[in-house]
Amino acid sequence: MLASLAGIIERDLRLAFRRKGDVAQVLVFFVIVASLFPLGTGAEPNQLRAMGPGVVWVAALLAALLSLNRLFAADYADGSLEQMLIAAHPLAVTVAGKTIAHWLTTGLPLTLLAPLLGVQYDLPGAALGALVASLALGTPVLSLIGAVGAALTLGTRGAAVLLALLVLPLYVPVLVFGAGAVGAALAGLPHGAHLSLLGAFLVFSTVFAPWATCAALRIALD
Amino acid sequence: MNWGSVDGFFHMGGYGLFVWGSYGVGLLCIALEVIALRMRARRLARTAGGEA
Amino acid sequence: MSTKELDFGEHAARGEWWLRYAAPQAFFPLAGRLIPYFVVLAVVFAACGLYLGFFVAPTDFQQGEAYRIIFLHVPAAWMSMFLYVVMALWGALGFVLNTRLSGMMASAIAPTGALFTFIALWTGALWGKPTWGTWWVWDARLTSELILLFLYVGFIALKASIDDPRRADRAGAVLALVGVVNVPIIYFSVQWWNTLHQGASVSLTRSPSMATTMLWGMLLMALAAWMYAIAVCLARVRLIIREREREMAWMRELGGGE
Repeated sequence: MLASLAGIIERDLRLAFRRKGDVAQVLVFFVIVASLFPLGTGAEPNQLRAMGPGVVWVAALLAALLSLNRLFAADYADGSLEQMLIAAHPLAVTVAGKTIAHWLTTGLPLTLLAPLLGVQYDLPGAALGALVASLALGTPVLSLIGAVGAALTLGTRGAAVLLALLVLPLYVPVLVFGAGAVGAALAGLPHGAHLSLLGAFLVFSTVFAPWATCAALRIALD
Repeated sequence: MNWGSVDGFFHMGGYGLFVWGSYGVGLLCIALEVIALRMRARRLARTAGGEA
Repeated sequence: MSTKELDFGEHAARGEWWLRYAAPQAFFPLAGRLIPYFVVLAVVFAACGLYLGFFVAPTDFQQGEAYRIIFLHVPAAWMSMFLYVVMALWGALGFVLNTRLSGMMASAIAPTGALFTFIALWTGALWGKPTWGTWWVWDARLTSELILLFLYVGFIALKASIDDPRRADRAGAVLALVGVVNVPIIYFSVQWWNTLHQGASVSLTRSPSMATTMLWGMLLMALAAWMYAIAVCLARVRLIIREREREMAWMRELGGGE
C-alpha cells in the first residue's frame, strides 16, 4: 500500500515537473497579490506590520485555491481517474497520494516563499518564524479540504468559481488561527496554542477529508 | 398596553425605522418566497399541460 | 396506489410503516395534506408571538423599543442554523438509505435556510445601528451567520451546476455533511478571533434578568418560524417531486401532478 502511495505521489510530481509553468504561476500569483496591498493601502510601516499576517495568509489561501483545479481535472478529462477507481489499491490511497503531491507542489513552495513576503511587510524574525510554522501546518489542511471541493466540482458548469464558493468558507478556521499565530508572535505573545490548533485541524482533516473526497469522486465518476 | 396611540406604535420610541425596517423586510422575504413557489408551480403546470 | 408499487414495500411489510413515506409517490399526497395545518400553526404562533412582543413585553430600559427586533432576529438566526443541520441530516439519510426523497428534501430546505440567514443578517444590521452605532459589527455571531450564508449559497450553487439530479443530490449531501462538521469549528474560531480583536465591550448577550414575556415572545416566534419553514419546504419538495418525476407513471395518473 505504501508502495502504491509512493507511486502515485511520484507520478503526480513527475507530471508537475513536466509542467513547471503551472507551479510557477501559482507562486507568482501569490507574490503579486501580496505586493498589491501596500499599493492600495499605503506603505506606512506600522500599518503594514499590522496587516501583514492577514494579507500573506489570504494570498496563500487564494494561491492554493487557484491550484486546486488541476488536482483531479486532468486525470478526469483523459479517463485515468476512472482507472484509479478500479485499481487494486483503495481509492483513499490514490486520493491521499494526489493530495500529498498537490501540497508538495503548492503548499510547500508557498511556505518557503512566505518569509520573503513577510519581509516586504516589515515582519520581525519571530513573526517570520511563526508565519512559516503556521503555513507549514495550515497549507496541508488547505490541500485536504480543497481536494473535497475539487472532487465535488469535477465536470460541473463553471467549476472554477464554484470551487471558490464551496471551499473558501471552509478555509475560515485555518485563516483565523494561521494569521492569528503570526499576529500573536508579532505582539510578542506566545503562539503555541494557535499552532496546536492548526495541528489539530490537520489531524482532523487528514482523517475525514480523504473520506469525503473519495465519496465525491465516486459520485462524479458514477 | 405599551402604546398610547397608533402614532406612538409606529414611532417605536424613535426606533421606528429600524424596527419596521426589520419586520418589513422579513415579511417581504416571506412574501417573495411564497410568490416564487407559486410561479414555479404555475410554470410547471404550463409545461406539463404542453406535453400532454 | 397500492403498496406493492413502492420502493420501500418490503420495509412496510416488515412493519416499518414510516419508511413507506420515503417514497416520493407516498410522500407527495401526505405533504399536500399536511401543509395547511403547518400554515395555520405558523400564523397562530406568529400572531401570539407578535402580540406578546409588541403589546405585552415592556420597553427595555437600555435599548428602548429597538430591542423588539429580537423577536424576529433571534428566531431567524436559530432557524438558519437548525435548517442547515436538518439539511445535512437529510443528506446523510440519503447516503445511508439511498432514497430519492432525502436529496429532494435537502434541496427544498436550502433556499428557506438561506432566507432565514439573510433575515438574521438584515435584522442584525438594523439592530446594530441604534445599539452599537454602526450597521455592521464583526461580532462573532454576525460573522458566523455571514459564513453560514456562504455555505448555503455554495450548496445551492453546487446543486444548480450539476445536471443529473441524482448526482446533484449525492454531491450536495457530501457538501452538507462537510459543512455541518465545519460549522461549529468556524463558529469557535470566529468567536476566538472576535474576543482577540474586539474585546468584550460590545456584546449582544442579554441581561440575565430577561423578562419572561420577552422569552415567551421569542419562543413563540421561533415556533412560528419553524412551522413556516416546514410548510414552505413541504410545498417546495412537492414541486421538486413534480418536476423530477413528471415522466413517471404514478405522476401521470395524478394528471401532471395536480
